[in-house]
Amino acid sequence: MRIHADDPVWLNEAALCSFDDLVELSGLAPSELAMLVESGVLQPAQPEGEEAAGGSVFYASCIVQVRSARRLRDDFELDAAGLAVAVNLLGRIQELERQLQALTARQP
Amino acid sequence: MKFKDYYQILGLERTATAAEIKSAYRKLAHKYHPDVSKDPAGEERFKEIAEAYATLKDPEKRAEYDQLGQRRPGENFEPPPDWQSQFHESGSAFDDVDLADLLAAMAAARHGRGRRAGEPLKRAGQDYEAKTEVSLEQVYAGAEVDVTLAVPEYDAQGLAHRVSRTFRVRVPKGLQDGQRLRLAGKGGAGIGGGKNGDLYIMMTLAPHPRYRVSGRDLYTDLPLAPWEAVLGGSVQVPTLGGTVELTVPPATMAGRRFRLARRGLPGTGGEHGDLYAVVRIEVPKTVDAEERKLFQQLAAHSRFNPRRPH
Repeated sequence: MRIHADDPVWLNEAALCSFDDLVELSGLAPSELAMLVESGVLQPAQPEGEEAAGGSVFYASCIVQVRSARRLRDDFELDAAGLAVAVNLLGRIQELERQLQALTARQP
Repeated sequence: MKFKDYYQILGLERTATAAEIKSAYRKLAHKYHPDVSKDPAGEERFKEIAEAYATLKDPEKRAEYDQLGQRRPGENFEPPPDWQSQFHESGSAFDDVDLADLLAAMAAARHGRGRRAGEPLKRAGQDYEAKTEVSLEQVYAGAEVDVTLAVPEYDAQGLAHRVSRTFRVRVPKGLQDGQRLRLAGKGGAGIGGGKNGDLYIMMTLAPHPRYRVSGRDLYTDLPLAPWEAVLGGSVQVPTLGGTVELTVPPATMAGRRFRLARRGLPGTGGEHGDLYAVVRIEVPKTVDAEERKLFQQLAAHSRFNPRRPH
């Protein structure tokens, strides 16, 4: 049996989601997510032309981050503060890997 | 049902204490956790490790598991008769059941969380995670890929049977390496009115023998013979959209990059990256007598010295 999987949502900067979406899709507690936002690890999006204040809106790419955070919390028994450090470092590693890959590609 | 040696997976003796089990798990989790480790086999390995730990850390599950005795890993066996009777099934009905799922279902039944007639139970479906590799050709031309995964399907007793499911997914335009997609409601079915789970698919770009990816741009080597580099000429460059002809100007140095506009990967909004052909000068490994003579004549005649400052 083959199931046609239509209407995929890209987890990137093209789509937005709410704080509550992040809670629901990650399985993290709202307080744990708030800690990630407070520590600057999870950055609210500011779509052009919209007020910075009001309900927090996030890029759908954050869903990837928060799901990874949930796995780390469960599998390593991390508390909220440790989780913020781990997610922050993972994000930096991924960014460095992207840069390294882009640079390596240019090498003959 | 296949036997799994949870002690062996965690590198433990069967007499290991709870503290030893935890410590072995921690050590292996740091090494193989898919969010942390770079080991390509890490994900599969971590699944086994987490499964072993989930069973051995729980004294009741561990005691049940120990009842099975020691067997060869992967050995086919049938659960003990009293286990079978708990699920009103027998023998081959357990063929597609995972040992960890069986232990979990028994634990759930023990704690009254199993599905019993008349008992209302609402539970959200499980999320599925899958990974698939796509080729640059598929990203360029657009394609559909089949993603197959083994998913649990719960029977009336709450026991999970592993069944193979194939999802056909369109490779989105503008796909980038490591891009994730969420397909809402395509995960496991919710129980008792619970929401269906979601399907998450990670798409990675398969390494290509010819092109290297840098964002939306592609880089490829353009090997030239020394005389082509000196004299210039017209060369064929393969691109994802077919071969194109490139004019190499005279005196082309190694490392020079030629930009073939819009021959890279497509973006989300109809834009395209570029293809860069990077010159590499190759020399023949062997030359015949005639070629050698010509090179010797050139060496005698030329006043070019690449080591002299210009």
